[in-house]
Amino acid sequence: MTRHLEELVAPVALIVAAALLGTLATLSTQTYFVDTLVKVSIVVALYVFIGNSGVLSFGHISFVALGAWTAGVLSVPAAEKGAIMPNLAHFLVHRHVGNLTSLVLAAAVGGVAAFVVGVPLMRLSGLAAGIATFAVLEITHNLLTYEERVGPGQNAFSSVPETTGLRQAAVAGVVCVVVAFVYARSRFGRLLRATREDAAAARAVGASVYLQRLVAFTVSGALAGLAGGLYVHLLPVQVNSVYLDLTFVTLAMLVVGGSGSLFGAVVGALAVSALDSWLAVAENGTSLFGWHVDLPAGTAEIVVGSLMAVVLILRPNGITGGRELRLRRRPA
Amino acid sequence: MTIAFLNLDLQTIADGIALGAIYALMAVGIGLVFGVLRLVNFAYGQLVMAGAFALALASQWGWPLWGGILFCFAVVIALSIAMEHLVFRPLRGHSPAVMLVATFAVAFLLQNIALLWFGSLGKIATSLAFLNRVWTIFGADVHKIAVVAVVVAAVCLGLVQFLLQRTEIGLHMRAASMDFATSRMLGVRANRVVSFAVLVSGVLAAVVAVMLTVQTPLVTPDFALRDTIVVLAGVVVGGLNRPIPATLGGFLIGFTTGLLGGVLPTNQSQYLPTFVFAAVILVLLVRPRGLFDLSKTVERV
Repeated sequence: MTRHLEELVAPVALIVAAALLGTLATLSTQTYFVDTLVKVSIVVALYVFIGNSGVLSFGHISFVALGAWTAGVLSVPAAEKGAIMPNLAHFLVHRHVGNLTSLVLAAAVGGVAAFVVGVPLMRLSGLAAGIATFAVLEITHNLLTYEERVGPGQNAFSSVPETTGLRQAAVAGVVCVVVAFVYARSRFGRLLRATREDAAAARAVGASVYLQRLVAFTVSGALAGLAGGLYVHLLPVQVNSVYLDLTFVTLAMLVVGGSGSLFGAVVGALAVSALDSWLAVAENGTSLFGWHVDLPAGTAEIVVGSLMAVVLILRPNGITGGRELRLRRRPA
Repeated sequence: MTIAFLNLDLQTIADGIALGAIYALMAVGIGLVFGVLRLVNFAYGQLVMAGAFALALASQWGWPLWGGILFCFAVVIALSIAMEHLVFRPLRGHSPAVMLVATFAVAFLLQNIALLWFGSLGKIATSLAFLNRVWTIFGADVHKIAVVAVVVAAVCLGLVQFLLQRTEIGLHMRAASMDFATSRMLGVRANRVVSFAVLVSGVLAAVVAVMLTVQTPLVTPDFALRDTIVVLAGVVVGGLNRPIPATLGGFLIGFTTGLLGGVLPTNQSQYLPTFVFAAVILVLLVRPRGLFDLSKTVERV
């Protein structure tokens, strides 16, 4: 593992650089930087499963949502709980935890949920897996929308303490990257990638496709839960903000960057996020090299959608080609 | 009391069959393209959405009914041909996952173009509203659209079946969906077959657009998005590889959704997506190759 430690340099450096750049920005623009860093965590979570297994998952935003719900419900101040969540289950009404605990619990809930979902689902692959994970997203969204005993239903998580600033988002991003790196370089990650390259050959040397996918799904579910916790501490999350749009944007980031590598996941998240945020700013009017730019609302989604389609057509392995960035060229 | 209950039941069943028929058409549209390209077109719902907006615009401009329907067909067919040339063709031969994500991107793109163009409030298509009235058949009230949908779907499915079984291009399409590479070597012209499949699938999307606007006259940018997700699930549940299982899967999920939606009380019908998608997961677990796939083939090295 130590031999590959240099592969960690580029992703961590990019996250730190983005955070440092954010400190220079005005307070209103800073939100975009924090948002970007949270997206990095989500995309790294996606990479742990999709990148290493080669199986598509449309369901990971469920775990982001569950993480957000966990951290949100436990962090809303007691005085506000009745207003936002009038029908909350009794055992949740008086529970209250601090920032760090809420994040840890969010990750735990994400991981447990992914494990529970993964036990039956990881037997599937290909299209069946894609549709089944999509079904998980639909079910989670449907239940969270109407199940007011565990959360605010269709209300937003307002008045959750906004503890996710640049520092928290960057630290969590680095944590996600390190976990993803350790996983990918562990025995589990290597076996899973072997099943990705050739499932039959991997089985022949004794790797269990099912078990390896389940491990990856659980790890990535925990990271997604953590990201959800970060998200709810950043802005008032609502049930539709952790649904199809977020699924699309984060998948776009992973694919544009290159789903085969951790570096690709981070680059994709940062690049698409930068473009997306700049366009969002431009929709309110901004200037670029002295030109006044004022784009109609909705341009950001159109540009990101086109970009994703173009990258997929021209470079199906993403802009990094799915490779890690190494400092020295190693002799072949 | 009993009569009223029975009446409600018959109407619900009719509506369920109608929704099943519409979903079956969408399933055929998705299945035809999958057959020749091995591509799951996630953006199929956006073709329907574009057609629905065409109908809404036509009725806003005061065009006659036939003009609106013609406009709808023109828009949907043009869009599906453009989609084939700009997206499907360059993607040909890529892995299924890449193609699925790419059509996901196209779906998102088209939906946001519609959002930019028409706004999130949407437009209302009124020209076919008269089909929402009820006919009384054997003492039961049945929406006219339910009857129309079933008839239209039956005719369309019959035509597609005729096309596939009795014409030369249909033979080519069946050959291509069995083994694309070999069929090309035997003289099947790839581009012709693909264009034709996309064209037929576009025509079906236009038909679906006309019928869905009767049931949901308010056309918003996310029109038919939910339906597409449900149909995709149905198609995979039925078995994507062959047209008839795919169609049956589409019908089955539409019928189930329609029936449960009518039968369940509100406090339970809000959880309808949970029931339907839980059933989807269950079927996929038991029969990952599709509900109606009876063959027993094991993946070989």
